[in-house]
Amino acid sequence: MSADVSSAAAEFARRQQSPVQRLQHQLHGKPWLSPLFLLLVAFIAFFISTPTFLTANSMGILLQQTAVVAALAVGQTLVILTAGIDLSCGAIMVLSMMVMASLSKDDGMPSLIGLLLGVLLATGAGLLNGFLVTRINLPPFIVTLGTLSIFTAIALLYSGGSSIQADRLPDLLNFLGKGFGIGQFRLTWGIVVVILIYAVMAYVLSQTAWGRYVYAVGDDAESARLSGVPSKRILLAVYTVAGLIYGIAAWILIGRAGAATPNAIPDANLASITAVVIGGTSLFGGRGRLIGTLIGALIVQTFAFGLSQLGVDQQWRVLATGILVIVAVAIDQWIRKVKS
Amino acid sequence: MTVTDLEVAYGGVPSGKEHIYEQEPVLSARNLVITFGRVVGLDGVDLDLYPGEVLAVIGDNGAGKSTLIKCLTGAYVPDSGTITMNGEPVHFKRPQDAREAGIETVYQQLAVIPALDIASNLYLAREERRKGPLGSVFRMLDKKGMEKRAGESVQNLGIQTIQNMGQAVETLSGGQRQAVAVARAAAFGSKVVVLDEPTAALGVKESGMVLDMVKQLRDKGLSVILISHNMPHVWEVADRIHIQRLGGRAGVVTPETHDMGEGVAIMTGAKKLADGS
Repeated sequence: MSADVSSAAAEFARRQQSPVQRLQHQLHGKPWLSPLFLLLVAFIAFFISTPTFLTANSMGILLQQTAVVAALAVGQTLVILTAGIDLSCGAIMVLSMMVMASLSKDDGMPSLIGLLLGVLLATGAGLLNGFLVTRINLPPFIVTLGTLSIFTAIALLYSGGSSIQADRLPDLLNFLGKGFGIGQFRLTWGIVVVILIYAVMAYVLSQTAWGRYVYAVGDDAESARLSGVPSKRILLAVYTVAGLIYGIAAWILIGRAGAATPNAIPDANLASITAVVIGGTSLFGGRGRLIGTLIGALIVQTFAFGLSQLGVDQQWRVLATGILVIVAVAIDQWIRKVKS
Repeated sequence: MTVTDLEVAYGGVPSGKEHIYEQEPVLSARNLVITFGRVVGLDGVDLDLYPGEVLAVIGDNGAGKSTLIKCLTGAYVPDSGTITMNGEPVHFKRPQDAREAGIETVYQQLAVIPALDIASNLYLAREERRKGPLGSVFRMLDKKGMEKRAGESVQNLGIQTIQNMGQAVETLSGGQRQAVAVARAAAFGSKVVVLDEPTAALGVKESGMVLDMVKQLRDKGLSVILISHNMPHVWEVADRIHIQRLGGRAGVVTPETHDMGEGVAIMTGAKKLADGS
């Protein structure tokens, strides 16, 4: 039992690690390091190539563009940490947005109640996903593939396919699109809300028992159950909280888009998954940090924004995003093979 | 209960430890029956576990070892029969019930979370929160405190190969993971620790480490149920050996009165204990 200091194994344990192994080790502990590095590289590259990129004005616009997907991606991170996936997040957001806008348009209902009902609906939609996953034991991919179609269709049927412009909506619903300037740097209240969501959920994930259970259930659901973690309750809660966050994202989206439009951000579902994966969270569950997701969302938007400033065809951004996703998952597979 | 009781005595009592068997059993099962459809899992099993003893449970595949253990730890609910702890009847509906009564189980699959660190695993589902409003309102975990106490639990077991409680369990060897699982059971099991095949996947040196830990648990006054296929390990650490056969108890022997060959013979039915059930 005593450590045999002269053994070959002990010798091996003390061996000099190559720089690559040390990097692998670092990334294993801090999977958000590589996306952070990539974000910095992208910033430097665009700073050199486009003089208008790294200005206060541009940065404000970049953050506003990132806000909605960044908010969705918080819910998506929770779900992916439990080894699930949520294909319906964008659809829940749009449905919630159309409901809160329809209820409170033209002063039809007190705006606060309309807003709360919209958020409540999104929470209920998340609960439905969670119920189907935990009680009917369906795979999350199938559940959310189904609810993606269901919620999208309901949103279109409910709204009749038509938009509701900002001037018909109460101030409360438009509020998150308004903002304040610090010099040239313009922030919206939507960005502030997104930062708050990140701060609260990062705290919950890293500092509370519930956060630990999310990781435990995602890493090994059966071991978590045997250890006394109420796995199903945690899963149900994760999908429900994700729904709540999509509801808040709906509010942010109205402010950002200046209207409630049933076909707003059609790629939101996949964009949120992309942000999570590029941010270093493992699709196999149990590993990842919320800060990585924020960085991932910023990377995608930085490429989009920088390339558009360069006047490059947006398809290059799509192409670059595709490559990033594959590289990010390849890195994840590599750092999982870390040795102690 | 006295040492002359048939229940204890038909295989004998370990010499020098007679006083243990004059006490009331910490955990006792009578006439446990469980069926799965038309398959009879347990066919009226009795079991007695005394304070501070290591009771091994051996038996061939399908003899009902694991089923018996699962009934005692709340993973299964027996169809009939009674379980008592210190003479008081208990009814475990879930593993948590048994855990709350002071029975900790180390499952064969270990039930550790690879991505979490050692301290988090030791305290999984038993987290301690910070004192004051940080803990009660903001639900903040007392990470430092748990890490410190986890280190103490591991040290108490004399495990020297694990130093850093912040290390992820996935970076540990099989033996070290086993040690973490046993340390968790030892830290929280106030009365009974159940180990299901703790050495099955381990090498010689690591098995020795786990067996040492079993002895230490006993020396601390805990009762240990050890399920194992490995006869030399059983004969090394057990005070008494419960032999399970065909869903029933074939007998209880001690390593002194019976050798491994006789134990295996009883297990397979080649030999019967004269006064066994």
